[in-house]
Amino acid sequence: MPSETATLSRPATRPTASPGRRMSWRRRRSATLFVVVGVITILTVFPLVWMLTSSFKGPDEVLSTDLLPSAPTVDNFDYVFSAAPFGRYLFNSFVVSATVTVVALFFHSMAAYALARLRFPGRDAIFLGIFSTLLVTAPVVLVPLFLVVHRLGLLNSYAGLILPAIFSAFGIFLLRQFYLAIPAELEEAAVLDGCGYWRIYWSIILPLSRSIFAALAVLFFLANWNAFLWPLVATTDADLQVVQLGIASFQEQNTVDWQYVLAAATVAAVPTLLAFAIFQRRIVESIKTSGMK
Amino acid sequence: MSTSATSAAPDRTSAARHGPTTSPRGARSDRARRERRAAYLFMAPNLIGLTVFVAIPMLLSIVLAFFRVDGFGGYDFVGFANFQRMFSDPYFLSSLGRTLLYLVVLVPGLFLSGLGLALLVRHRFPLVGLFRTALFAPNVVSLVVVALIWQFLLTDDVGFIARLLDRVGLTAPSWLGDPAFALPTVMIITIWFSMGYYMLIFLAGLQDIPREYYEVASIDGAGPWTTFRNVTWPLLKPTSFFILLTSTIAVMTGGLDLLVILTGGGPANSTTLIIYYVYQQAFVYGEFGYAAAISSFLVLILLAWSALLFALTKGGRFSHAQ
Repeated sequence: MPSETATLSRPATRPTASPGRRMSWRRRRSATLFVVVGVITILTVFPLVWMLTSSFKGPDEVLSTDLLPSAPTVDNFDYVFSAAPFGRYLFNSFVVSATVTVVALFFHSMAAYALARLRFPGRDAIFLGIFSTLLVTAPVVLVPLFLVVHRLGLLNSYAGLILPAIFSAFGIFLLRQFYLAIPAELEEAAVLDGCGYWRIYWSIILPLSRSIFAALAVLFFLANWNAFLWPLVATTDADLQVVQLGIASFQEQNTVDWQYVLAAATVAAVPTLLAFAIFQRRIVESIKTSGMK
Repeated sequence: MSTSATSAAPDRTSAARHGPTTSPRGARSDRARRERRAAYLFMAPNLIGLTVFVAIPMLLSIVLAFFRVDGFGGYDFVGFANFQRMFSDPYFLSSLGRTLLYLVVLVPGLFLSGLGLALLVRHRFPLVGLFRTALFAPNVVSLVVVALIWQFLLTDDVGFIARLLDRVGLTAPSWLGDPAFALPTVMIITIWFSMGYYMLIFLAGLQDIPREYYEVASIDGAGPWTTFRNVTWPLLKPTSFFILLTSTIAVMTGGLDLLVILTGGGPANSTTLIIYYVYQQAFVYGEFGYAAAISSFLVLILLAWSALLFALTKGGRFSHAQ
């Protein structure tokens, strides 16, 4: 990092450098960054790649140190889908994650708009109250939340999986920080035009939120797709099992057959990796557009 | 932040335009009332949801801390007994110490790895978009998957890491079976899957810094360190605040899925962090009251830490950001 910033400032300290030198310096910095970041990236993704390739290996080969299988096979996946209802697991995870993401973005941005842009008595106290719930992460309230959801009669239902996951201060906090930075002139013009607050929220605040929504949507979706502890305590019904529970119990039944376990893990991981790869492009795009404002 | 001075003016002009029937004062209070009502409506869904699914469980947790819960639903009020028990419980005290060590290593570790990566990938060079995506990838998979992958890679003797070290003449320790190695192994795995997330947040913060500041610094002939200290670091403060706060909470209360599947708190309790101890007391020993007392204590620590951060930074707004 220091070496990279060191080269960054060189043309600045020597403004008389010729365009040719400047080009070659740029190319050198690019090459250095490419190599350094490339190596870090390969080391970082290696465990994931290893999981993917190993899930196509046969039982005799799964513990070898060769990256690629000598005789790729999909038998492991056949076994995973025939030994457990993984299609149902994936469907349940998708329904829960997508619903939570859409509803949460909507609710969170509404609250964030009020907290950042509107004046009303008790605003700071309410913000502090909402903010303090950020400290109460899921594991900390697992037991009492279970008791509350049980009392509401929501155990073993989609509602029981979805509702508690919608409400968190994380999105509200991040969106509020974002909305605090929006110039007041935009709203003042709308107020002078006689726009109501809902109209301001809908046609000024929401369109400005696109880039941060993209980032938050990925985070929300992933958090819910990957949730393990809450589904573990909130559902016993086999039809409501989510995919994380599926692979955890699958591992317990196939401890020594690593090729099956890794195939199951791949089934749970690939949709998230794909969804992220697609969303990532949208994030980069929206960052570019917001850079032009 | 406060817009009262600027918004008072449009109030008066609009009141004047509507004619003499509405006094400026009446228009202003009317608008304030509408603004207030709108604000409460905007917040209502969240306030109801947070009350039912967060605040009530949290209060219930505090109440439970004063009870002894036996087997199937019998509650005995025991006053402060659960709290007294905490501070004479050697297992709790050692898990507290372990959690502090974990915190002291991981919070700076996550901060620096995230910031370092963000400073590298903020530049344009071939495939940088792909690298950013790939560096975040471990954060995308679940902790269940993370636990399974590392269990596989770190298997004693026949695992990939053991064989790799064997090839260069080193004997691998039992990463997850040796009490001296288990916690550091969990720390490294945690940095591995979390750093991409912190990189992304830092990157967003870095991209918010107007390019002109760097141009000015470069015209002034500022060196890389001076530029970082006087431009990047101060303008990154809101991001740093956010990361310091969320990473502390994540480190203190997160990763339970990983511990449950990967180590089960062992070997010899060497990975029993507070959050795992709470889980163990509640779900293994059925000590819901005691578990509630410990998690209340945990929340209290986090509250104090957040209050301190808030006080030091004036509500996370910082002077320059108004």
